[in-house]
Amino acid sequence: MSVQPAMPKSWRVDTKPHKFCPGCGHGLVLKALGQAIDELGIQDRAVFGCDIGCSLLAWDFFNVDTIQTHHGRTTPVITGLKRANPNLIGIAYMGDGGGYAIGSQHLVNAAARNEKITVILVNNTQYGMTGGQMAPTTLPGQKTETSPYGRDPEKTGYPTQGPEMVAAITREGAYVARGTVANLRQLKNYLKKALENQMAGNGFSFVEVLSACPTNWRTNAEETWKMVEEEMPKYFKVGEIKVPGGQKEGEANG
Amino acid sequence: MPDKPIEGEKRVFMTGNEVVAWAALAAGAEIMYGYPITPQNEIMHYWTRLAPRYGREFLQTEDELSAGFTTCGGVLAGRKAFTATAGPGNTLMQEPMSMAEAMRLPTVVVIQQRGGPSTATVIYSQQEVTMTTLGGNGEGLRIVYSTANHQELFDYTIKAFNTAWKYRFPTFILGDGYQAKMRESLTIYDPDIRGIELVQAEPFLGKPGVPGVDRPPTQLRNTYNVEEELYEVLEGYFKDYEKIAPEVAEHEAFGLEDAELVVVSHGVVSRACKAAVKELREEGVRVGYFRPITLRPLPVKALRETAEKVGKFLVVESAQGQLARLLKEAAFGCPVEMLELFKPGVGITAEDVVSRVKEITG
Repeated sequence: MSVQPAMPKSWRVDTKPHKFCPGCGHGLVLKALGQAIDELGIQDRAVFGCDIGCSLLAWDFFNVDTIQTHHGRTTPVITGLKRANPNLIGIAYMGDGGGYAIGSQHLVNAAARNEKITVILVNNTQYGMTGGQMAPTTLPGQKTETSPYGRDPEKTGYPTQGPEMVAAITREGAYVARGTVANLRQLKNYLKKALENQMAGNGFSFVEVLSACPTNWRTNAEETWKMVEEEMPKYFKVGEIKVPGGQKEGEANG
Repeated sequence: MPDKPIEGEKRVFMTGNEVVAWAALAAGAEIMYGYPITPQNEIMHYWTRLAPRYGREFLQTEDELSAGFTTCGGVLAGRKAFTATAGPGNTLMQEPMSMAEAMRLPTVVVIQQRGGPSTATVIYSQQEVTMTTLGGNGEGLRIVYSTANHQELFDYTIKAFNTAWKYRFPTFILGDGYQAKMRESLTIYDPDIRGIELVQAEPFLGKPGVPGVDRPPTQLRNTYNVEEELYEVLEGYFKDYEKIAPEVAEHEAFGLEDAELVVVSHGVVSRACKAAVKELREEGVRVGYFRPITLRPLPVKALRETAEKVGKFLVVESAQGQLARLLKEAAFGCPVEMLELFKPGVGITAEDVVSRVKEITG
């Protein structure tokens, strides 16, 4: 028998290998999330909601109760669920199109109401499932199917600063961070802190994750990592943006 | 905290929106999600005042998309959840209700119809029949009760929760602005004393035990990989719907035995039609009355039997033939002539109906 890499306990083994493209970042985000669920021991009361777009491929990913919803609507479904049964841990998982475009009103208002849910938004700078169109997060100059000559900020604006926006409209009690698939240990900690924030009943928690889509980026491994590690952070600053009543990562121990 | 919102029964005089709030309480509704739109606002106003007294919850959402999807979330958590809307809000509500159809979620939605298309009027219409019965990118896998008066608003709102949770199809109360805003006498009651057993809600997600260890995980989706996969699911749904349709369908009728013309209407308009038919029959005009109470599914058997034996239907509605289209489909092949009295977005009186009938019968 070949050696299998260690999977999180909360992963559903019979649905692996997963359905994402080779090189996709979703598997890494979901690994970090699985580890966070394991470490917090919440497999029995977590409810995972996934959006439309590539995130829907996670509908049978975990040994966790799961609801796959509509494009942009995972936030209200998980909000409604959490309001109806506050003992559950509600996780809304979506892409940048779902969170920042079609479902932006839900993200803004759930954040403003300080809903006690955790939103995880995977940012791969374009719409993956529909074939690589421009998203609110597409980088200036980046070529996509609907910006074939490169995104022109004069015509279509600059990349949406999601966590910064969420931080600006939430009050104390919210947890907001931006992680990256290039630093999984850090990402797992952010996800864990976001979930802990919900478990403590503090308020809204939001983690954006910088991720990769080599299929639509048409990049090889080296170019993919360059995009994730060098290009995206020029516009999307990785780190904790808002931490309730505490210090941000790196500040705690001086 | 008082146990029951209504002890025994009592005679009251209230608006239809207030009736809906009391009925939802009596039906054991646990949470309402809502967004303001006229003419349904007072359902929320009364609910927000009453709900805390009985340990019930409310969330005001950012729009009707969210009101519908949070209602789906509440149902998934195993609570009797509902929302209410109208007009353009009903348009937005179609997206969440298509998910409810796809996943057989027992949502309850109260629609108080207003003028259309677009913003139109905040007052009244019967122009949301097509949308409420067949809306969304789906196949109309829903149950729609069209009420005519406040007593029915109370009775059928309670029934809607039972129907939804028993059969697991999204269920609608189709009212209108007149019913919403008008004050009427009715009897409100504890369903227990009428022998109405409330169907218990149960969670879809978050049942006891560790998924994958103590039980399989519940994983619900509305997206399929291949055509056949979707087809198989829908075939099952259609079979279920067909089976329950005769149990769910309701109608009322009179004067059919000797009628040469039958006036067909639904909702509040049927009150004008009922009064007109009674008056005409007293004058010796051979006219009958037929009213589907469920618009989805329609009472097809009773309707076709009537359509087989009378020559003419006069379809009366405050819309440009939305009920008529449903009737034509249901009565296809029957030798009945369909005549009309359509006043889209406008109320219809018994006098309107009497004069139209006399115009036809000469």
